[in-house]
Amino acid sequence: MSNQNNSNEAAHQPVKRKEMSRRQFLAYTLGGASAFMAMGPVLPMIRFAVDPLLTKESQTSFVKVVEESQVTAEPQEFDFQIHQVDGWYESDPKLTAWISRDEQGNVFALSPVCKHLGCTINWNTQNDNEYHCPCHDAKYTKEGKNLAVAPNPLDEYEVEIRDGFVYLGPVVPNQHV
Amino acid sequence: MFKGIYNWIDERLDITPMWRDVADHEVPEHVNPAHHFSAFVYCFGGLTFFITVIQILSGMFLTMYYVPDIINAYASVDYLQHKVAFGAIVRGMHHWGASLVIVMMFLHTLRVFFTGSYKAPREMNWVVGMLIFFVMLGLGLTGYLLPWDNKAYFATKVTLSIAESVPYLGPYIKTLINGGDIVGAQTLTRFFAIHVFFLPGALLALLGAHFFMIRRQGISGPL
Ligand code: HEM
Ligand code: FES
Repeated sequence: MSNQNNSNEAAHQPVKRKEMSRRQFLAYTLGGASAFMAMGPVLPMIRFAVDPLLTKESQTSFVKVVEESQVTAEPQEFDFQIHQVDGWYESDPKLTAWISRDEQGNVFALSPVCKHLGCTINWNTQNDNEYHCPCHDAKYTKEGKNLAVAPNPLDEYEVEIRDGFVYLGPVVPNQHV
Repeated sequence: MFKGIYNWIDERLDITPMWRDVADHEVPEHVNPAHHFSAFVYCFGGLTFFITVIQILSGMFLTMYYVPDIINAYASVDYLQHKVAFGAIVRGMHHWGASLVIVMMFLHTLRVFFTGSYKAPREMNWVVGMLIFFVMLGLGLTGYLLPWDNKAYFATKVTLSIAESVPYLGPYIKTLINGGDIVGAQTLTRFFAIHVFFLPGALLALLGAHFFMIRRQGISGPL
């Protein structure tokens, strides 16, 4: 009985189809078409702007710095020039490395950039055989291990010895500590 | 989702009347190309504005790489066009758009002229339109120097000589535009500042006045 009642009622209700109104349809098509066309000029501009994110980092090559025989156990400061391409501006900036030998006599080269906030460190300015940064008193051992203030050891240059000369390459995290 | 966000904001700030007032208005039959195809001539104003928007957008992106300096300007344009992804397209939009915007503006002016829309009560909008015209010419002129190639350099020399030919004031006008005695470093920075700050600012203000008057007075009637 109750079943019959229900189906009777259903028959009297207006059919409810999930229809899209004409206005909605037009809004969607026009909106979609406009968005598609707007992408034409907008996408190139965005790709243009984010290009630095998507270009590969330029490979640094090894540069001849000093005769190997000149390198001592005591760190010494050596300057060398790299060729740098910065967009449309090419230059040969001067870089500095602190080069010395470890206990086994292997040559290694530390970057002078303080790992605290990027000032420039110096060797043994306080007669304690340590690297010292004048900005906030960071200290490092001869191997570049951070003793105070700085959160990380000094970075080092990749070293290659060719024909009795020291060549320096890209900067990498410290391998000695 | 967007509807939800919109409603949430609308409940608090009642923004619907604002955009309704700007966007919701009738398009009379005589300006609707769907009724009379010849009514497409009424689109030229909108097209001029559309290309102006493209100019402003592409110009903003160009300034990410461009430098207004006599040593680096050409190199930076060369770099952005040939080394940066889609550089040729973004610079192309700005380069061709600069000519196209003048064409569209000219066609729009012709429409206004031949429909007599400049007559009372719309005289002021004709005057504002003329000011927009001169600002556009100024943008074209100052932008043309920016790539700092031979074409740019000599085009600017020519323009400055023309400016110099003004009776009595000519030499002063020339020095002022030049920023010195020669077309050089000071001319380039000066043109850059005018091109990307002063004239676009003036242009936006004038466009605001233009559109405000159109909304107040409505589009002119059928012929
Ligand atoms: C805020 C708006 C604008 C900005 C920020 C802007 C910026 C720039 C920049 C940085 C350049 C040099 C790069 C290049 O030459 O490819 C340039 C060039 C140029 N601009 Fe603009 N611009 C704007 C609007 C306009 C408008 C409205 C016009 C046209 C009436 C225009 C016309 C030109 C022209 C003719 C050039 C030389 C293009 C070439 O030789 O490739 N600019 N613009
Ligand atoms: S930058 Fe070197 S101690 Fe702070």
